[in-house]
Amino acid sequence: MYKAAVIGDRQSVMGFRALGLTVECAETPEQASGALHRLAETNHAVIYITEQLASKIPQEIAQYLDLPQVAVIPIPSKDGVLGIGDRELHSAVERAVGADILRSPDGD
Amino acid sequence: MARLNVNPTRMELSNLKRKLATATRGHKLLKDKRDELMRQFLEIVKSCQLLRQEVEKELVIAYQGFSAASALLSPEMIEQTFLYPKQSVEIDMSFQNVMSVQVPVYGIKTKTDEAADIFPYSFATTPAELDDSVLRLSALLSKMLTLAEKEKTVKLLAQEIEKTRRRVNALEYVMIPQYQETIRYIVMKLDENERGNTTRLMKVKDMVLKDAGYGREPA
Repeated sequence: MYKAAVIGDRQSVMGFRALGLTVECAETPEQASGALHRLAETNHAVIYITEQLASKIPQEIAQYLDLPQVAVIPIPSKDGVLGIGDRELHSAVERAVGADILRSPDGD
Repeated sequence: MARLNVNPTRMELSNLKRKLATATRGHKLLKDKRDELMRQFLEIVKSCQLLRQEVEKELVIAYQGFSAASALLSPEMIEQTFLYPKQSVEIDMSFQNVMSVQVPVYGIKTKTDEAADIFPYSFATTPAELDDSVLRLSALLSKMLTLAEKEKTVKLLAQEIEKTRRRVNALEYVMIPQYQETIRYIVMKLDENERGNTTRLMKVKDMVLKDAGYGREPA
């Protein structure tokens, strides 16, 4: 049986604890990457990480990009949406198609 | 395009013809695979984008409740509130085969099904905003899981498409032209040898006839 986890700052992720998800509070990039690897090794299939932290450890997250067993998904934190999740979708499209065809013509 | 470094023999020629046939067939198959992958990929990407926007919006609303609650309660109180969760979530992961790419499909199993039964704290000491936010999050969980599933699928498909595209291009622009070039070279060489042989035979015949006294004048 697999589990789901959330990594983020205390205030953003505390609510997920009530839902029964594994919650790792991390304030620094080091803590976040440590938590990420620890969770990935302990049967967590889905790991949500706040965009604020995800933006600081892109290499660590990229390690899990092509692994089907672990999905690392950026979510917004209490400080708002940074658009990293959206950007990841764009880069996936770019990787597959060769050009970002989702981007609207006005450069958004 | 450079031709392969092979001996121009009939054996080599028939080998190369066989290889060219395989490469052409492989190229067609891979091209079909790439096109189908791309179709499914774009379909999922579009729904994924919409879902992400929806989830992000909902999450931000849920966070507002938590911010309000943490303004009213001390950090220690909040810590204590969520110290021992009632609910637990397990994920049932199976794999689905999309054009030979294994993509995960998540099922969700919760300990308590009752939406009102998930609060691990007493209502008396906590603000109502907290309850709202927890409920909102719990309703959002299945959507978040679908998002995770779709995003992972998008990433895995992207990887596979990239790989397939490279293979298609390698076959189309390198392997197949190379084989064609080499086959043409061998055929030319063999024909040339054949012509050389015929000329030589004619020449020898002339010499033999001349020696025997039947020689005709050289042209």
